[in-house]
Amino acid sequence: MSYLVKNLTQGSRELIAFRIGDQEFCVNIMSVREIRGWTPATPMPHSPSYMKGVLNLRGAVLPIIDLSARLGMRPTEPSPRHVIIVAQVNRKVVGLLVEAVSDILTVTDDNIQPTPEISSDLEKQFARGILAIDKRMICLVELEGLFPDESEAA
Amino acid sequence: MDMNEIKEIFFQECEEQLAELESGLLKLNDGDRDPETVNAVFRAVHSIKGGAGAFGLDDLVAFAHVFETTLDCVRSNKLEPTQDVLKVMLKSADVLADLTNAARDGGSVDESRSRGLVKELEALAHGEVPAPSAAVEAPAPKAAAPVVAVAPTDPSGFQPIPFSFDDFGGEDEPAAALPTYEVTFKPRAELFSKGNEASLLLRDLSRIGEMSIFCNTDDVPALHKMDPEGSYLHWVISIKTDKGEEGIRQVFEFAEWDCELDIKLQEDGAASAEADSELPMIPVPFDLSLLDAGPAVAEADTSADVAAAAAAADTASNVMQMAGAAARGEKKESAATAAAAAANNAQAANNPSAGQTIRVDLDRVDRLINLVGELVINQAMLSQSVIENDNNGTSSINMGLEELQQLTREIQDSVMAIRAQPVKPVFQRMARTVREIADITGKSVRLVTEGENTEVDKTVIDKLAEPLTHMIRNAVDHGLEMPEKRVALGKNPEGTVKLTAKHRSGRIVIELTDDGAGINREKVRQKAIANDLISADANLTDEEIDNLIFHAGFSTADKVSDLSGRGVGMDVVKRSIQALGGRISISSKPGQGSTFSMSLPLTLAVLDGMVVTVAGQTLVVPLTAIVETLQPEASSIHSFGATQRLISIRNSFCPLVDVGRILNFRAMQANPVEGVALLVESEGGGQRALMVDAIQGQRQVVIKSLEANYTHVPGIAAATILGDGRVALILDVDAVVAASRGQSLKQEMSLASVG
Repeated sequence: MSYLVKNLTQGSRELIAFRIGDQEFCVNIMSVREIRGWTPATPMPHSPSYMKGVLNLRGAVLPIIDLSARLGMRPTEPSPRHVIIVAQVNRKVVGLLVEAVSDILTVTDDNIQPTPEISSDLEKQFARGILAIDKRMICLVELEGLFPDESEAA
Repeated sequence: MDMNEIKEIFFQECEEQLAELESGLLKLNDGDRDPETVNAVFRAVHSIKGGAGAFGLDDLVAFAHVFETTLDCVRSNKLEPTQDVLKVMLKSADVLADLTNAARDGGSVDESRSRGLVKELEALAHGEVPAPSAAVEAPAPKAAAPVVAVAPTDPSGFQPIPFSFDDFGGEDEPAAALPTYEVTFKPRAELFSKGNEASLLLRDLSRIGEMSIFCNTDDVPALHKMDPEGSYLHWVISIKTDKGEEGIRQVFEFAEWDCELDIKLQEDGAASAEADSELPMIPVPFDLSLLDAGPAVAEADTSADVAAAAAAADTASNVMQMAGAAARGEKKESAATAAAAAANNAQAANNPSAGQTIRVDLDRVDRLINLVGELVINQAMLSQSVIENDNNGTSSINMGLEELQQLTREIQDSVMAIRAQPVKPVFQRMARTVREIADITGKSVRLVTEGENTEVDKTVIDKLAEPLTHMIRNAVDHGLEMPEKRVALGKNPEGTVKLTAKHRSGRIVIELTDDGAGINREKVRQKAIANDLISADANLTDEEIDNLIFHAGFSTADKVSDLSGRGVGMDVVKRSIQALGGRISISSKPGQGSTFSMSLPLTLAVLDGMVVTVAGQTLVVPLTAIVETLQPEASSIHSFGATQRLISIRNSFCPLVDVGRILNFRAMQANPVEGVALLVESEGGGQRALMVDAIQGQRQVVIKSLEANYTHVPGIAAATILGDGRVALILDVDAVVAASRGQSLKQEMSLASVG
């Protein structure tokens, strides 16, 4: 875990890394509110396929997004072992369904490599960079890119 | 709800308006030229003026009117809001705030400053352009015509009472025939906290004999040390009675424990004279019944006898004026005391603290409600697991759990009571508005209210007052005719304005009906053409013309009045209603009046719902929408065309709507015979039979916003959380019915569908 000590200088930031299938992703820890286990959600009518439904988060209605499906990968078959990352995106709170939370990373901007030129619009939309840590590749996801503020769109 | 409470609300609103005014002006100062900002500033001043007019705060109205006139010039682009203009306006906003504070707390404003600003404002309004007619009408603020309510007092509202007893000294010497008692009555603070009132006790005492009272104020501390709920006064009463000591004690029977009561038999004649010289105790004949009369009556007395009162005592306080007038005019009445009046005064000052309220951020209340809801669910789950793991039913854990359950229920009820409140206070405020406007316009109006106890969310109530006031003003000012004209038309000279509230399919519907002239469509049309809202040859239906009045800057009143008619009316109303997630519609019949109908959501209000199962999902259907439920038989289902099916109910045919299909929960239509049909009535009228799989039962549910974290979902009104902690969706019956008519549920671009 040498990287943890290495970059505790200014400009370093903490990220939460999680796993979807065989890929690893991470998001800024500041946008994460809490992490909880999967419980069956109430499906919503007329919702896109990656929208798993809504959950009761201490009295608030929390929409659950299947991040795998949202990123264009295979839809998740949720089990109690799956994890929901409750994150604040813009002014809304959403739950992200992922396979498991794997790590908390402290990195500086130097660690983040630019996203390679790829053709997929989807990847361009959410990927903000790539981290190489312990020979693993972790993709930094920008949640705002996944859920644009709809008040502007509307 | 008394006047003070209503006034307090007004001042609270004033604070909000003033904040908005200032921020708007600052925005303009920063170069923002958005007409919406100008409108917001204008509205703030207009609202303050309107409210102040209702409370007779003349200084405030006069100043706000001038200010408003100048703003109107800015709004109509007759005056360029340059830095210099805005400087004057910001100063004016400060003066307006000062005037508001002065009206609330007493005290005075810098007259020269406000007068100077009035001149500057008027100069601006007259300045670069021909003066608008309104500016000519603008009255200069009256130098000093303060109403009693704003009579100058020191900031705390308390005032020492310079009152001379000399004028009436010794006029009614005690008759020697009866024994005289000297009663010392010293109430403790507990007496007041138990709802007793010294003046009432003293009045009771006065009924058993002739008495005179001296109020000892020696213990009254300095103002800053005074405990508003403390008791500092005590009374020395000299009473002539044949009831004896027993009779006197009887009067204080219920207060005895909370006061120090000392009763001494006095020697007649010399003793009482001695007492007179020792104590500054002079009998003051005073009719206590005056204390019962409302201040308004007393005030009238005062003004009628103003000269006498002035001669009697050099009074500043209203209460003492009243005492003076009474002392002069009604000496023959049985004895009482000015001290009691003073006590009354002191209590009046104490009273506001009794009904004190605090304004709490609604978010905090919401969070509390959410957490309590969670508590209830958690508690239920805990009980469940204890029962499962414990077969000894009488264990102490079970007992404790039961108590916990009752406690949580109680907490939930109380917390819910914070949010859901009846619309009554708002309706009551409207009654006042109607009276005021009726007075000003010289019309005779009766306000009829219905459904005052309809409960609705606090946010809705708070925000309802402003649009409703505008609408009522419009209804009385523009809607109703003058009494003479009404008689000529064969109508009751007294106009009726009816305000009703009711729950309807999970929304609150508020209707405002007047029996006036209705909308003058020709005039509306002309005005709309004059204001370039429509082209001169536009072909509009009656309904479209009626709806023109919701446009900004639209007013059919010929002249600008103090109350309404500057065109901030209906567009503001519509926007406020829309901001609440509501709809407003108007229907009008020429010569018969107009009806404004507002339909508002009951956000977070408790909803009675029927919990149903559709395609394995639990849904809640608002009970208000359901007319009846029935189990369809195969013989009553009729196919109609390719996909439609009708169900025959008592020989009438009603379209069958499969909820699961409409909400896309299943691909195929369900077999109606296996389910239950809910006969619903939708807002647009017409009945539909909604097909669900099964009914689970009825329950009250708390409405949770879906929009807060997700987005609006077509066909779903909101969500709720059931006892098992899961989210259930509340069906939007109107939308589902509309969808069944062939309009597909609107798919909106949103968080969910982007990408």
